[in-house]
Amino acid sequence: MKLPEVAGLALAFVARLITGAQGHWYGAPPKAEQRIYFANHQSHFDWVLIWASLPRELRAVTRPIAARDYWTSTPLKHWITREIFNAVYVSRERKDAEDPLEPLLEALRHGDSLVIFPEGTRGHAGDPAPFKSGLYALALAFPEVQLIPAWIDNVQRVMPKGEVVPVPILCTVTFGAPLSLLPAEDRRVFLDRARAAVIALREVA
Amino acid sequence: MGLRDLSVSHQVGLLFVALFGVLALVTLVTFVRSFGAPGPERRTLQESFVRGLRAVWIGATIFWISWAAGPFVSTLLFGFVSFLALREFVTLTHTRRGDHRSLLLAFFVVLPLQYVLVGTRLFNAFTVFIPVYVFFAIPVVSALANDPFHFLERTAKIQWGITVCVYGLSHTPALLLLDLPNWRERGAFLVFYLVIVVATAQLAQELASRRLRRRPVARAISRSFSWRAWLAGAAAAAVVGALLYWTTPFKPLPSMAMGAIAGATGTLGQFVMDALKRDAGVRTWSGRASVTGAVGLLDRVAPLCFAAPVFFHSVRWYFGI
Repeated sequence: MKLPEVAGLALAFVARLITGAQGHWYGAPPKAEQRIYFANHQSHFDWVLIWASLPRELRAVTRPIAARDYWTSTPLKHWITREIFNAVYVSRERKDAEDPLEPLLEALRHGDSLVIFPEGTRGHAGDPAPFKSGLYALALAFPEVQLIPAWIDNVQRVMPKGEVVPVPILCTVTFGAPLSLLPAEDRRVFLDRARAAVIALREVA
Repeated sequence: MGLRDLSVSHQVGLLFVALFGVLALVTLVTFVRSFGAPGPERRTLQESFVRGLRAVWIGATIFWISWAAGPFVSTLLFGFVSFLALREFVTLTHTRRGDHRSLLLAFFVVLPLQYVLVGTRLFNAFTVFIPVYVFFAIPVVSALANDPFHFLERTAKIQWGITVCVYGLSHTPALLLLDLPNWRERGAFLVFYLVIVVATAQLAQELASRRLRRRPVARAISRSFSWRAWLAGAAAAAVVGALLYWTTPFKPLPSMAMGAIAGATGTLGQFVMDALKRDAGVRTWSGRASVTGAVGLLDRVAPLCFAAPVFFHSVRWYFGI
């Protein structure tokens, strides 16, 4: 086993020790199909939680999105996101020539699964903010990829904004039934439907 | 050659053979009987019996590990169980942002320190550390977080969680290290005695409440808790306690009394935990229907958390140490 693998296992163990990282699968079993998971976003810990709640063999092919400027700023951050998580880097500053979604499309063409937080930013407790259109663009470009909604519960209590040390509290990730873009569905309608699917899982959880 | 002539480790070894033998037998019988097609009423009875049986298995295994691996490992093991129990407890209470630092203090300072105090046999410090020093420190840290909303309630919940999950449970490994007259290196017997007596009380109460069908004392909290059933549990604990007197430093009659005390406090502790579950909106957390996905460890150890400190101090008081 190589160092990144060992570090990954250790990290998943710590995440489970602190949060339990329970994955509940309603509507779709954890399978090695190409998928886009989309979830509510409340904490820096969200990604690690989803990642740790996935079965081990799915972790390697499921990739997070990371802001290039922040996550490549130090060698350690770069190493963690590149070697352990195999993150897809995106630029936050938009340049005219390139499509900001291009790295994501590239990863999907490559056959990888993605985890995205369509709110764009971390919200407060309560309902998630309206979804941004990236999810729609991805669904349009890759209609065969399953879109799985996920609800992350309790994580804002583990590490509230501004704190660095997590408190051990049990969290769950509830995965719902796959969604797909209907023919000729309006962008806003689809995004609202996706958001409603995520919120609906709160009741199931 | 009588049992008393054997060396300590032989006695303990025999104890294990007997314990796991009986457990295996009971489990086998339950398993075979589960093949029938029982009515719904019998099924719930069976389920709760299986739950109780599982608790005994867990208790017995913990006891075995703590004996086989020595006091250091067993302290560590109970510390870990404490951690999991407190994690579950905190999940069920509604803490706020302002509690973050207090919770960090509870998990990463108070819990390890308490078990270090146990492991180093500083029994006086171990007895007052949480009721005195932590009781003082937690509200200070909480107040510094600058959030007056439900302050007393939030602080009280954290204090209570620490008292039950850390302070209470830490008395179990403390028994292993208790230096009783003519009873060196045999603390494992006391832990065994406590675990068995508490589990017996639980099991007997459960069965009695089904058989007797008494009116519950507090219907809103527990449908099965009645004074008769509780007394039956305590009585069963007393009988088992008396039968096990040879494993303890007590004479038969005090052993019976200790058994009754430990059993009665354990089942009452469980009753209190039922109230807590109702408050948190959890009906059952026996692994299948829990909101948090918790495995229900707290449920298993709660009787021990309540019984252990009472038992520990009764023993110390009895021997005047």
